Amino acid sequence: MRRLLMLLAAMALVVAACGDDDASGGPQALADACTLGETDGDLNLYNWTEYIPTGSLATDAEVTDMLAAFEEEFGVSVVLTEYDSNETMLAQIEAGVGYDVVVPSDYMVSIMKGADLLIKFNPDTVPNLSNIAAEFTALPYDPGNQYSAPYQWGTTGIGYKYGSIDDENGVSWGVIFDPEQADPNTGFISLLDDERETMGAALIYLGYSINTLDEAQVDEAADLISATRARLAAFSSVGYADLLTSGEFVVSQGWNGDFLFAYDTASTDDYDAYEDFGYAIPVEGAAAWVDTIAIPSTVEHPCSAQTFINFMLDAFIGGELTNYNYYASPNAAAEEFIYPEILEDPSIYPPPDVLERLEFFEDLGDFGTYYADAYSAAKG
Amino acid sequence: MTLHEGALTGRRVERLLTINGWLVFAFLYLPILVVIVFSFSGAPNVGTWGGFSLRWYERMLGNDPLLHALQNTLWVALFSTIVATVFGTAAALALDRYRKWVSGGTFDAILYMPVIIPDVTMAVMLLLWFTQIGLPLGRGTIILAHIAFNISFVAIVVRARLANMDPAMEEAAADLYASRWATFRRVTLPLIMPGVLGGGLLALTLSLDDVVITSFVQGPGSTTLPVHVFGLIRKSVTPEINAVSTLMVTASMILVFASLAIQRRE
Amino acid sequence: MTMLDEGPDSPSEAANPELERRAQRRESWRGFFHAVPAYAYLVAFFVLPLIIVFVFSFASRGRTGRPILENWNVDGWTRLTDPLVSTIVGRSLFVAVLNTVLCLIIGYAFAYWIATRPKQSTRTLLLILVLIPFWSNFLVRTYAWRILLDSDGYITQIGEFTGLWGRMLFTLPAVFLGLLYGYLPFMVLPLYAAIERIDWSLVEAGRDLYASGTRAFLKITLPLSRPGIIAGSILVFIPSLGAYVTPDILGGAKTTLLGNFIVIQFGAARNWPFGSALSGAILIVMVLATILYFRSGARTV
Repeated sequence: MRRLLMLLAAMALVVAACGDDDASGGPQALADACTLGETDGDLNLYNWTEYIPTGSLATDAEVTDMLAAFEEEFGVSVVLTEYDSNETMLAQIEAGVGYDVVVPSDYMVSIMKGADLLIKFNPDTVPNLSNIAAEFTALPYDPGNQYSAPYQWGTTGIGYKYGSIDDENGVSWGVIFDPEQADPNTGFISLLDDERETMGAALIYLGYSINTLDEAQVDEAADLISATRARLAAFSSVGYADLLTSGEFVVSQGWNGDFLFAYDTASTDDYDAYEDFGYAIPVEGAAAWVDTIAIPSTVEHPCSAQTFINFMLDAFIGGELTNYNYYASPNAAAEEFIYPEILEDPSIYPPPDVLERLEFFEDLGDFGTYYADAYSAAKG
Repeated sequence: MTLHEGALTGRRVERLLTINGWLVFAFLYLPILVVIVFSFSGAPNVGTWGGFSLRWYERMLGNDPLLHALQNTLWVALFSTIVATVFGTAAALALDRYRKWVSGGTFDAILYMPVIIPDVTMAVMLLLWFTQIGLPLGRGTIILAHIAFNISFVAIVVRARLANMDPAMEEAAADLYASRWATFRRVTLPLIMPGVLGGGLLALTLSLDDVVITSFVQGPGSTTLPVHVFGLIRKSVTPEINAVSTLMVTASMILVFASLAIQRRE
Repeated sequence: MTMLDEGPDSPSEAANPELERRAQRRESWRGFFHAVPAYAYLVAFFVLPLIIVFVFSFASRGRTGRPILENWNVDGWTRLTDPLVSTIVGRSLFVAVLNTVLCLIIGYAFAYWIATRPKQSTRTLLLILVLIPFWSNFLVRTYAWRILLDSDGYITQIGEFTGLWGRMLFTLPAVFLGLLYGYLPFMVLPLYAAIERIDWSLVEAGRDLYASGTRAFLKITLPLSRPGIIAGSILVFIPSLGAYVTPDILGGAKTTLLGNFIVIQFGAARNWPFGSALSGAILIVMVLATILYFRSGARTV
């Protein structure tokens, strides 16, 4: 037993020691020394699955094969690795895996920044940062885009079947949370399964901020979700939009790109799903998110990384990215290359008055645990 | 061990068992049938029939990240299954035969732990451990991790086979053959083969399906198919994945029947 | 090592008590060497990393989730008494027990049927055919079930036609159908390995003795296949205790199960100390159960 304890203590020391490893300014200094268009080896890209068009994905969507284009222009290969959650990516970066470029969401940028897991861009190597629209240069997670460049952005709203709810004066979150409006659709409503997003919708309906640090407000939102549970078909964050078009749901909370993608795939030569289904940013407001492109402190090829980010911020590439993903581009210069039907779609590019009702997620620090616990308790 | 159909169970029971057997097979293959059918559908979402088309196979063949992931998956599954089957079988033999060294339940307990521990916990601890001891993350660490959980599954299945097995046969064989290796190969191994086969098949299945542990211990360029599919499903399930699944199932069928045909000819 | 290379014992040697003892010791050594690769491996890639989990369970929560190794505390462990934890554990236990029973009933009859096919090659083929569907992809299979179970799905249509059931998707039966599907092979493989080995002459003798097939089955076959029943039940029970993807996709995720509760701690809640304590507690309870089981003399599996 004593030997075990000694071993435990030794382990603890080893683990503790590793925390201080990356304190030196190594990668930052290397990145600062890079010049425009310089490469220093093959690029290790760590991105969400199929978030960048390459190979037959690009051919199918009739957009540029971005990895091939980058490889051809700069003569270095791109090694792609995929993740499916910000937290998995965080764990890997924190463990020191040598990726050069990552694609964290807004709140994750502030977490990584706070933990010294991102390095600053050398502005000389990323001149295309000037392409970013003004609204995206001063967001709270990274004012001035020193550590991250916005990649795509979108909103969390309501996808629904026309005729199932009253949408004459805009759609209210009440179609999910208010018994009077929602009861007729009992058994055909879905909410996302995500403590921030799901609680966020309830908070907005109750008139609070999605980033509130008030325990009473969070509790109230949890109670509301608990009361709504009986009316739901499911909590679902994956595949919900397909279930909406196939008739399992009539009202769903979800991300705009997912709905549009599903409406698109459900449409055929003689059926237009857009005639039956819509997406709305509710009148009370909605959550908005930004995915960014950034360089982790584990970077091994900082020059290739910055060259790649500059490449992705190019006006044409930025436009093609949106044409592929159906998410709005934070790249203002890219708009001339984006298909007009995307630019004109208010569910992708909301009009200014709707923009004002959006709120971005922020990292809540230690209080995040309170949300997660309240949400787990609400689901029982 | 020779046995004739219906000799031990009544004819009626035998018939019921057969019906149950085919019903279970129908149950096991029902979703696979859906997967195969929709892999040939022209429609872009699974669940609606869009006319016969090979477009998903065509797209799959040009989808580099997906093909790369498939390749990683096959390597990982192959290596981890072989090593885990050998180690797991040896451990099961030791636990069963040589109780002096390994009695008391402690060794059994160690063997059960990788089965008991939640996926995500094992994922986190292995990630930290691998980086701690300085192993570069990649295909190699995925294989190491898969072996770690698969040894246990193999050992448990093999032990189910070994339990209460009569050692007389092996002892007789030991007298008959000159070496222990010959005894093992000619007597012990054939006796435990159904357990080894079962354990190996289970290990292969687990390796081909693991998402959580793999996504934590992967390194640059070593994303596997299940991790790819898991990420994909956030967007939408395209029939392209059905095409990959169909290929894997068909390929395994062909391999199995071919090896059986070869065995029969010998 | 040299001891291993010595030839086999001759009968005359075995008669000598001194040599007998030496032979036994040699056997023990051999056992030790058999176990070495697996255990060395498990120590290097499981037991040592496991220490991290226990250390973390006493550390304090860090901003990124990864614990800070100071301000040691037992908060993670005391939270285990939270009523929410017992609700979640209770629910997961219910799911795991019911699923194990379902798998055992259907899996036993199925494994028995395969194991009693007269030809070895048929048995092997059938066994492999059980596994082949599982080499497709877990999520693809689960989504295929979703298609079969949704409102337009064949299974729902059959139910509505016969008036026996309505929409299946997002119901409890759908969850258990999915779990049964996913875990049946875990039951069938060890059961097959155990049943196929049964000395059928014993069963035949039993039939003569008890006259009734049912009694012979209960008195002979069932006890002889016990190792398989236990191994299969363990392999189904433990993973289904942590199952959450199938219940989420087919059941609608309307409740929290132990599996997602732990995932949330390591993910969005970024509360690794609590996640570690939860995992540590599960491990301790289950390992103690295993040791007690083996100490009780039930040494079969």
